[in-house]
Amino acid sequence: MTSELAIDARDLVKVFNRGSSVRALDGFSLQVPRGIVMGLLGPNGSGKTTAVRILSTILSATSGSASILGLDVAKQSDAVRRTIGLAGQYATVDENLTGRENIRMVGQLTHMSKAGAASKADELLERFSLSDAGNRPVKTYSGGMRRRLDLAASLVAAPPLLFLDEPTTGLDPQSRNDLWEIIEQLVTEGTTVLLTTQYLEEADRLADDIVVIDHGREISHGTPAALKAQLGTTVVEVSFSNHESADRGLELIKGLTDKEPIREGSTVELTVENGPRVAADVLRALDAAQLEPLGLAIREPSLDDVFLSLTGRRTAEEGTATEAAPKKSRRGNKESQ
Amino acid sequence: MTTTVTQVEKLSAPMRLVWAWRDMKTVTWRNLLGSVRTPEAIFFSSLQPIMFVLLFRYVFGGAIPVPGGEYVNYLMPGIFVQTVCFGSVATAIGLAEDLQKGLIERFRALPMARSAVLGGRTTADAIRNVVVLVILTVVGILVGFRLEAGVANFLLGCLVMLIFAYALSWGFSVIGLIAPNSETAQLMTFPLLFPLTFASGAFSPVEAMPGWLRGFATWQPVGTAVAAARSLMVGGVYSQPDKVYWALGWSALMLVVFSFMAVRIYRKAD
Repeated sequence: MTSELAIDARDLVKVFNRGSSVRALDGFSLQVPRGIVMGLLGPNGSGKTTAVRILSTILSATSGSASILGLDVAKQSDAVRRTIGLAGQYATVDENLTGRENIRMVGQLTHMSKAGAASKADELLERFSLSDAGNRPVKTYSGGMRRRLDLAASLVAAPPLLFLDEPTTGLDPQSRNDLWEIIEQLVTEGTTVLLTTQYLEEADRLADDIVVIDHGREISHGTPAALKAQLGTTVVEVSFSNHESADRGLELIKGLTDKEPIREGSTVELTVENGPRVAADVLRALDAAQLEPLGLAIREPSLDDVFLSLTGRRTAEEGTATEAAPKKSRRGNKESQ
Repeated sequence: MTTTVTQVEKLSAPMRLVWAWRDMKTVTWRNLLGSVRTPEAIFFSSLQPIMFVLLFRYVFGGAIPVPGGEYVNYLMPGIFVQTVCFGSVATAIGLAEDLQKGLIERFRALPMARSAVLGGRTTADAIRNVVVLVILTVVGILVGFRLEAGVANFLLGCLVMLIFAYALSWGFSVIGLIAPNSETAQLMTFPLLFPLTFASGAFSPVEAMPGWLRGFATWQPVGTAVAAARSLMVGGVYSQPDKVYWALGWSALMLVVFSFMAVRIYRKAD
């Protein structure tokens, strides 16, 4: 059986019962063609990890259906497991084993021969610059090394589809960049990737297509360019001494561009194409009205800004944490059945 | 990397069994490596029973009258059973830890046999128990324990208690799967294990206990395992062949019930 779609998920619903019931996924659909990187962008608790866990057969959906390369995740889960790799914040490596032993173990559990798993381990360690550390227990590894090993382990069976669940969360910029280069390399070799992330920068750099998810539902879908065009490429942030002057500032800034500025507390934000020019206009307008700003900043839009523009609220306001570490989700799942 | 042709055909039943066996061996190997890499854990888990041996042999032993002479010969089979039972707690801790750290997530997304994680854990813990039994036997002999019923019967006694501990491991695997973390898993096993090991004939004759307790101490699982071990390892006045069957019966019952429960809980998240 072949399918043009690497991932085809329809109306996925996942309800966790944890005291009160939580809809981690609420009618989530996702179509990913072969050979692309699909970015799943959303804040903590938006349902990203739950979606990945259902698609990688770890969790069963409350309702809805999903298939991976034409294989049903619920009915053909063993076949699905032979076509996917999973790496990221929760999939992990054994601290007591060496890097080499970890990869060999995964190889053997993927039903490779012992010799095959051993030579694959050597190859992957070399490729991920872990050869020197290959015989050391993982507990001596740095965070970046662990993530590389985790990624290497997920590639043992050369899966045509790879799930990367927040692969760089918590890494320093250098390690993050290293990992991005590795992922880009994989993609040029034809692997389809579903990448979840909280970072717009990461989705922008790696993804061909982005789905923004919130409260277990898709709220936006498009290429990184389209998403940013919709948003503007820079954010001009003007802060004032109090709410009243911020309100006056808001009125003044409103007329300067066709974009709608947003006031938050005593700060006014405007997302535009040409930040520096607009910033100069803003200053002139404020000066003419003899309104003195406290500060002015021009910056790249963040995921926060995407959310602000799509939903009118900050990601941090969420605080629902419907998505949790595997342990909690697992228990929630159990209770719900 | 070339995209490999995905095998989607179902494996035949005998092939599945072969793979289940290999997967279990791989997971067992991984768990044993973990034990070897943390020698502190083995050291301290043998230290506690050794202290029990010294405590009861030299501190309390003189005050506990037993039929048939030497207290040390009465004591050691009891200590052995207590030790392998506490050794089985490692199953609960290990599983809870793997869940907590997310390793089981990785296993769940692999095409491996679903039985391998639990089977590999309980098997590795049984092997660890063998090692601890060897250490404890040496300590026992140093403090005066003698294999009065012969080496063959002694080994048979070891086998019975290892089977018993293996069955108990499956019980603790249930705890490991439902506990929120490894520390709690360990704490949860104590209220179960404490009454079972101490309200038994492990350290003092059940005949000296009040009537209401005597029945429980005699027939509860650990009580029968202690009597079975003593019957095989020491014999003589302690010979109670029926307790061997009782111990094996309890083991079979625990194995069936707990493995069924553990596999169900493990699979539920599938």
